[in-house]
Amino acid sequence: MEDNHMEESEQKLETEVAPALIAVHPSQISVSVSVGSELRVFSLQDGSRVKLIDETGGHKDSIRAIRYSRSGQFFVSGGDDKLVKVWDTKSWRCIYSVVSEKRVTSLAISGDGMFVCFADKFGVVYVVDIGDHNYENPAPVNKKAVPILSHYCSIITRLEYSPDGKYIITADRDFKIRVTVFPKEPLNGAHEIQSFCLGHTEFVSCLAFISCQDYAQGLLVSGSGDSTVRLWDYASGCLLDTCDVGAEAGVLHSIQRQEEVLPAITDLCATADGSLVAVAVQSLPGIMLLRCSFSARTLSVVKVVSVKGETFIPTSIGAAPSSPLLWMVMGASSLQSNDSALLARVRAVSGFTTNTSESTEPEVSVLEDTEIPGGEPLLQALQGKLSIGEEAFSTAAEAVKTAMRNLLIKKQYSAERREFRKRGRNDKKNQTPAQS
Amino acid sequence: MEVSNPTHSKTTGLPRKRFYRARAHSNPLSDSHFPVPISPSQFDSTLHYPQFFKSDSSKKIEFADIGCGFGGLLISLSTLFPDTLMIGMELRDKVTEYVKERILALRASNPGQYENVSVVRTNSMKYIPNYFEKGQLTKMFFLFPDPHFKEKNHRRRVISPHLLDEYAFVLRAGGIIYTITDVEELGVWMKSCLEGHPLFEALPEDELEADPVVKLLNTATEEGQKVARNEGQTFRAVYRRIATSLPH
Ligand SMILES: C[S@@+](CC[C@H](N)C(=O)[O-])C[C@H]1O[C@@H](n2cnc3c(N)ncnc32)[C@H](O)[C@@H]1O
Repeated sequence: MEDNHMEESEQKLETEVAPALIAVHPSQISVSVSVGSELRVFSLQDGSRVKLIDETGGHKDSIRAIRYSRSGQFFVSGGDDKLVKVWDTKSWRCIYSVVSEKRVTSLAISGDGMFVCFADKFGVVYVVDIGDHNYENPAPVNKKAVPILSHYCSIITRLEYSPDGKYIITADRDFKIRVTVFPKEPLNGAHEIQSFCLGHTEFVSCLAFISCQDYAQGLLVSGSGDSTVRLWDYASGCLLDTCDVGAEAGVLHSIQRQEEVLPAITDLCATADGSLVAVAVQSLPGIMLLRCSFSARTLSVVKVVSVKGETFIPTSIGAAPSSPLLWMVMGASSLQSNDSALLARVRAVSGFTTNTSESTEPEVSVLEDTEIPGGEPLLQALQGKLSIGEEAFSTAAEAVKTAMRNLLIKKQYSAERREFRKRGRNDKKNQTPAQS
Repeated sequence: MEVSNPTHSKTTGLPRKRFYRARAHSNPLSDSHFPVPISPSQFDSTLHYPQFFKSDSSKKIEFADIGCGFGGLLISLSTLFPDTLMIGMELRDKVTEYVKERILALRASNPGQYENVSVVRTNSMKYIPNYFEKGQLTKMFFLFPDPHFKEKNHRRRVISPHLLDEYAFVLRAGGIIYTITDVEELGVWMKSCLEGHPLFEALPEDELEADPVVKLLNTATEEGQKVARNEGQTFRAVYRRIATSLPH
């Protein structure tokens, strides 16, 4: 009873704010943004907003994860409404709807497009077979998910397939990254753990791969609430380098810090060749660029790309491997305009591409609204509104901060509660003799 | 004048259990605030086995007693395998303290012995990978674990299909997992979890007979002795970690 009660109130706390998310089609045919329960897709090919067809009625609560499959054929979304939806990106029809027992925290599609994996808020990862889609029959198919692995009662923050498809990688709120062999028959479970990547001292918030032509497996980068970005040889679990991004961001950008904690890493995105890694940092108005040297196995800060003229702190970033554009969104589920549309702000950075020379700084710049591909129609579609007032921004900044903090708050909160409960228990004990 | 420790028995010098009694059950799901090594390489074995590390600094822990309680099994194993490092993992603070004191007292009264055993306070269900590397262990013990009867609490059981994945990770091929309980329902559960796991196989009867450790399962721990006194039935499952043969 007592435990249930605690878990429930923690859940409530978490649901308060969901950060806006962005995902880019691998060939940049479309860009998708989620904010609250809303999914907004803009087709760059058609220059217009995509109309989603979902006979099951769309998402009903905050979306926590969105992504495209590697080929771009599928798109998945999932979140607090305990639904995972798989979309066909040609028709933008929902082709599968999967009911999860618990809220969904992260998602991934296998490289071959055969399986969708998702994690629920108790740390269990499920797999769904999507290899049997019948395009003749467009009605959404309800699928049953099978549990394949679990992080013991820790929320899984990210789920990724390795570039070679051999492994499924899960990051959690307890500082753990687990690398598991993704078996040929995943419906029987993923029991063989390849390694654990241990080194972070706070929750792991994001993962990305550094791929390299002559090393199909690639390297892994992770960002954390401990304010660092780390580079791993994930098959062995070996930590190759640690980049103190938060500390450097502080020096380079003088982030105002009211608290004694370093800012958490919010999101990561690598260029196709892995030479540059963009990092979103809690309370940094812009992004941090890191250079990754595959041969030296190092990560180093190149510079901060600041967004001028408005307080833009990205909640999510993404890029298509084929394009030198980095897309960023800032927003939160709690952020509504007076006409009650959920607001998000979308920006893009150009020049996000191969940069292997140590001596030349990457030529990146933040695009003006008029320079963004898709232009005004895209902004109108993805932001919910063309221009967003300064006031909304400061609210957004606050909301985003809360959203990012939730991962940290949970721990403090439960620690306090436990103390409280303990005291309650002892009080009862002490009273017994007096009563009898 | 000799100052005697009031929590220790005057005659044996061993700590008295009644000073280290704690709540019978802890909830392993709640976060706790004991230090956890960030990774196995950060775990300082020299603090746990100081005598051992004077001569050989490359030795690694090979046996883990999960939920070791008052430590009876470790004490028996210590003399049976004097060259093997072993550790107990226990969630309850007071109980861990008791085991620590017990080991220190035994070391003091039996010079040169019990140097290969130690204990840590930790939640084994969350932090096993923080203590042991891949394939480091040769034996894991789960003796008389908490039963968690209610269906919704089954996920708190220390043997479960998903936790077996982690145990398979820290056990090397050929390593053995020993489980025993006096609760039939739990016995059936543990056996079926192990039976259904692709990385474990049952130890054949003749090997069970020949294994000196199997005999200790019923007799060495405090819980086992209690069950024996009450002439209770026990249910055992002993399985071997098999070499990985899953197709990649
Ligand atoms: C019933 S006792 C058995 C103790 C001992 N094995 C014996 O046979 O006497 C179970 C023990 O497991 C411990 N325990 C339960 N959950 C645990 C966890 N997650 N990590 C470590 N110890 C745990 C309990 O504190 C308790 O001491």
